[in-house]
Amino acid sequence: MSILIDENTTFIIQGITGREAVNMTRECLNYGSKIVGGVTPGRKGRDVYGVPVYDTVSQATAQTRVDGAVVAVPPAFAADAALEAIEAGIKLIVIVTERIPRKEVAQLIEFADMHGARIIGPNCLGIITPEKSKMGGIGGPAEDTRKAYMPGPVGIMSRSGGMTTEIASTLTAAGLGQSTAVSIGGDAIIGNTYADLIPLFEADENTKAIVIYSEPGGPMDAQLATYLKEKKSRLPVVAFMAGRFMDAMPGMRFGHAGTIVEGRADTTEEKIRRLNEAGIAVAEDISDIPRLVKERLK
Amino acid sequence: MRFYEYEAKTLLGKQGIPLPKNGTANTPEEAARLAGEIGGPAVLKSQVLSGGRMKAGGIKFADSPDEARSAAEVILKLEIGGQLPRSVLVEAKANVRKEYYAGVIYDAVAKRPLLIFSDMGGIDIEEVAEQHPDHVARMHFSSLLPLSDYKVKETIASIGVTGGELTGLVPIVTRLARTFLQYDLTLAEINPLAQLDTGRFICLDCHIDMEEEARDRHTALLNELGVKREETRMARPPTPFEIKGAEVDAKDTRGVAGRVVEFDGNLGLIIGAGGGSLTLFDAVRKHGGKAANYCEIGGNPSVTKACELTKLILSKPGVEKIAVMMNVVSNTRVDIMARGVIKGVVESGYDPAEKIAIFRIPGSWEDEGFKILRKYGVEYCDRSVSMNEAARRAVEKVKKG
Repeated sequence: MSILIDENTTFIIQGITGREAVNMTRECLNYGSKIVGGVTPGRKGRDVYGVPVYDTVSQATAQTRVDGAVVAVPPAFAADAALEAIEAGIKLIVIVTERIPRKEVAQLIEFADMHGARIIGPNCLGIITPEKSKMGGIGGPAEDTRKAYMPGPVGIMSRSGGMTTEIASTLTAAGLGQSTAVSIGGDAIIGNTYADLIPLFEADENTKAIVIYSEPGGPMDAQLATYLKEKKSRLPVVAFMAGRFMDAMPGMRFGHAGTIVEGRADTTEEKIRRLNEAGIAVAEDISDIPRLVKERLK
Repeated sequence: MRFYEYEAKTLLGKQGIPLPKNGTANTPEEAARLAGEIGGPAVLKSQVLSGGRMKAGGIKFADSPDEARSAAEVILKLEIGGQLPRSVLVEAKANVRKEYYAGVIYDAVAKRPLLIFSDMGGIDIEEVAEQHPDHVARMHFSSLLPLSDYKVKETIASIGVTGGELTGLVPIVTRLARTFLQYDLTLAEINPLAQLDTGRFICLDCHIDMEEEARDRHTALLNELGVKREETRMARPPTPFEIKGAEVDAKDTRGVAGRVVEFDGNLGLIIGAGGGSLTLFDAVRKHGGKAANYCEIGGNPSVTKACELTKLILSKPGVEKIAVMMNVVSNTRVDIMARGVIKGVVESGYDPAEKIAIFRIPGSWEDEGFKILRKYGVEYCDRSVSMNEAARRAVEKVKKG
């Protein structure tokens, strides 16, 4: 079927009256997502494309069942918004906001752990289960989203929101649909890494293969490689590694906040070696991904 | 953002971590005066951001003010890793009995702060961890709850440290871990954390990085340390071209069109988004292209922003053509990008059909965007052409001239 979200998932958007959030609301509604409320302090009683706006998250949860929350508020208020959603009992929090300091991210992940909530992001475009629901800006306007994504057997996890859609679009053009695609976020610390999410894909019988997009920096690929080796996963994984030029430029920051080469383990060369060692095929080019996936689906 | 050693030590000193008597000098005379005040053997250390100072000759010892003067004269002129020192740190030379290591980082797997401690200090901790794992202790701690001393005591004791060493180390290491959280640091490391002949503990060298995104929250500290807003503290200082790129981005809050990094090639790049830029830059290199710059378009930048970025890149000497490429876009509007880039090319006095090697931005509002590109005769492609293939075409065009 899918992971994390399906056609029954209800969610709210925090910061719903912001310019980008208004667009996101319209795009999600047009795609069929069930947005049951929005929160902007001081704007209670208004609506955004028919979605009621509340002052607080608990006002929304008092009205209706809320499965998830998209946090789309400026960095200075984002951690607070996420804490509010967690405290209100919401179990799936997608944080779109970029540039939240690491300490606050660590704090809210710890708080989420205490409450059995799951954080996706920060600095991500959200989650999509094709033709069922999308939660976040992923894919853009509904008609563009339908062009890029279609239902099928491939799960996608990506550090880059834009590249999630690029990969999905390439798969779709080759006749390979997606079960669920997750833009996991580009920050140095994110709520759910590849290895955190792969057990969900593992439990989803419709997912037959995984594609990941990765970058220099961070231990998340190594964590996935270790997981796959130890758990003998049924899912073949195909990876794409961007930012190979950065290997020769230690200490320079490109792309996302988490993307920096500080030691040997951060380089793409070392990451590719580890992924290969765990039996993960690393594509040289995005357009090679469909072929690599098809070979492994047989 | 990396701190110079003298800044890092000032911060640790404020937090109650013992330091050698020290001061910074900008001239050999100042260094001699400081050495005189210290009144014994001194060590002079070049204040650069890169590592490997000892090997490069950036650290010297002096037994007298005269020796300190001549050592400072050499150090202040010595470039290390392409950078001249900001100053020279003059410090009382310590008589060391034993060296320890204490560091705090974030562990992205556990998503918690991680304290690392070793009784083998003074050398690279990664080396110690590989060769002597029983001499390295690790402890994740909460970023929500206050850190109790006993947690640090347990960590240090776990590798067999006891007696006065244990009781002397606990308060210093605990302060380091608290400082890490208090100031939004991403690395806080004392190496070596030395025990002197007298039994006292002291921080001899340290590395501190502050979260770039949290700078605004610590302006009081940064002002006190004299860290200016415009200092990026990257592996190298920004070039004038890069500073202008940052200005283009800052002028308009809508979307991102910046994060410009200068290279010396002939193909200007207008690329995005975060991951797309990394992918495309790799692709240009793979096909033998010479990029003039790296940059990132993200979110939904305005026509003006895209236009100004285009003009900046075209103003760079040696840029023959530009390639405008992104992954399939969700937020960014293809038509706005097309309009902005064409405006920038025209205002720079060039023909878009000739100057734009390729335009590959598929996604939202692409039909409107492609219409504009057709009007100006610009070669464009949709998502059926891969990012890699688009980069190859751009590189070929520049080669043909």
